[in-house]
Amino acid sequence: MPFEPKIIGFLCNWCSYTGADLAGVSRIKSAPNVRIVRTMCSGRVDPAFVLKAFQLGADGVVVMGCHLGDCHYQEGNYKTVRRIPFLKRLVQQFGIDRRRLRLEWVSASEGDRFAEVVNEFTEEIRSLGPLKLYVHGELRGEKQRQMETERVVH
Amino acid sequence: MCGDETMARPTLALYWAASCGGCEIAVLDLHERILDVANAFDIVLWPVAMDFKYADIRKREDKSIDLCLFNGSIRNSENAEMARLLRAKSTTLVAFGSCSMEGGIPGLANLTTKQEILKFVYHDSPSTISTNGGIMPQTHTTMPEGEIEIPEMWETVKALDQVVEVDYYVPGCPPIPDQIWSVVEYILSGKPMPPRGSVLGAGTKTCCDECARKKEEKKLKEFFRPYEIETDPARCLLEQGIVCMGPATRDGCGALCPAANMPCRGCYGPPPNAVDQGAKMVSALSSVIDAHEPEEIERILDQIADPVGTFYRFSLAHSILRRVEKP
Repeated sequence: MPFEPKIIGFLCNWCSYTGADLAGVSRIKSAPNVRIVRTMCSGRVDPAFVLKAFQLGADGVVVMGCHLGDCHYQEGNYKTVRRIPFLKRLVQQFGIDRRRLRLEWVSASEGDRFAEVVNEFTEEIRSLGPLKLYVHGELRGEKQRQMETERVVH
Repeated sequence: MCGDETMARPTLALYWAASCGGCEIAVLDLHERILDVANAFDIVLWPVAMDFKYADIRKREDKSIDLCLFNGSIRNSENAEMARLLRAKSTTLVAFGSCSMEGGIPGLANLTTKQEILKFVYHDSPSTISTNGGIMPQTHTTMPEGEIEIPEMWETVKALDQVVEVDYYVPGCPPIPDQIWSVVEYILSGKPMPPRGSVLGAGTKTCCDECARKKEEKKLKEFFRPYEIETDPARCLLEQGIVCMGPATRDGCGALCPAANMPCRGCYGPPPNAVDQGAKMVSALSSVIDAHEPEEIERILDQIADPVGTFYRFSLAHSILRRVEKP
């Protein structure tokens, strides 16, 4: 069974989510692997959200926000720009490759860029392979995880 | 003899699993009030102070122990067996202290593997001279008198509630005696107990709320380890660049460590509504780092030594990711 990366994307409402929407209405093709969660700001993405995504089986997590200086709330993404590198160090210490977590700036007019980021990240995660964590087996049992993987693929 | 009186008293068990014994000392630190505890309860198990056998507990009827204060994390098969036994025999099981509540210091072993630990302890440590041909601990040995069995060390350290159901939690490394007393007093008062799963003997805010140090604006370009600088005893330690766990730690201890000029180490666990202490700390520190450029951010982050070991010093086993992946 080929591996299909499961990716969670946290997209800020004002820029990146609108950018993703633009990619959609412009009919730009992109990988279907990113499951989007809309947040009001990339600064709203609590580090616990990212850890929780990995805990529940995400192979990669991407956080997208407005370009620096463009934040709807003035400085939300300045928090994110410090938080994500910090989190990368944390997950690396847990044995999760830091490349599985990514921060990207996508504005409302950058539908093509959204598609590019999604495609590139999906391929990177595909080459890294599935993420195997202790908690996966512990929390849900191997069998259930297997069933879930099958359901996603079929 | 005084059968009626003994019958009327509630029964109390205190047990230590993988712990250092500090929680037991904290109970003894009740000083004279320990006599009130002894008067109020009929103690049925307390390995550190009294001579009861596990067999005495096995003989008891289920749910016949009114209160069990269980400290220590679950590290081996014996700890787990006693956790299950005491769960079955107790009406109220309290995870007592950081180890039992969230894995504690033993939980840091989850940053490595059982094999690595045994290899270091029995082969690689500088003080070990391997004279027995490198024999590793075995759970079974045959002796002339028969087979001997010892408990098996687990790959992963767990908190009590990851093995059995827990009714209440009392945090702290160790819990502060005054807080222990307030919990005991509350239980003895016969008032209705708070909802199952509540944290007792602690506050509902963060350690910073209790800390007497003066807090101004936090903007940091440099971080230090406590031995690297002379700190101002009146000012917030975090503002001076010391990684203090105060913002990500539940209150209730009275901010003892900052009062003694040491940063909070986070033993009371994450505050209410925070699921993961490390995530909370990453969030808090990210807000006070004064930099926008990626290179400068990386330079500042380089100064924070061992993020997982520092932010999850007591809560690793109970964190979202729980342990590093086995190789």
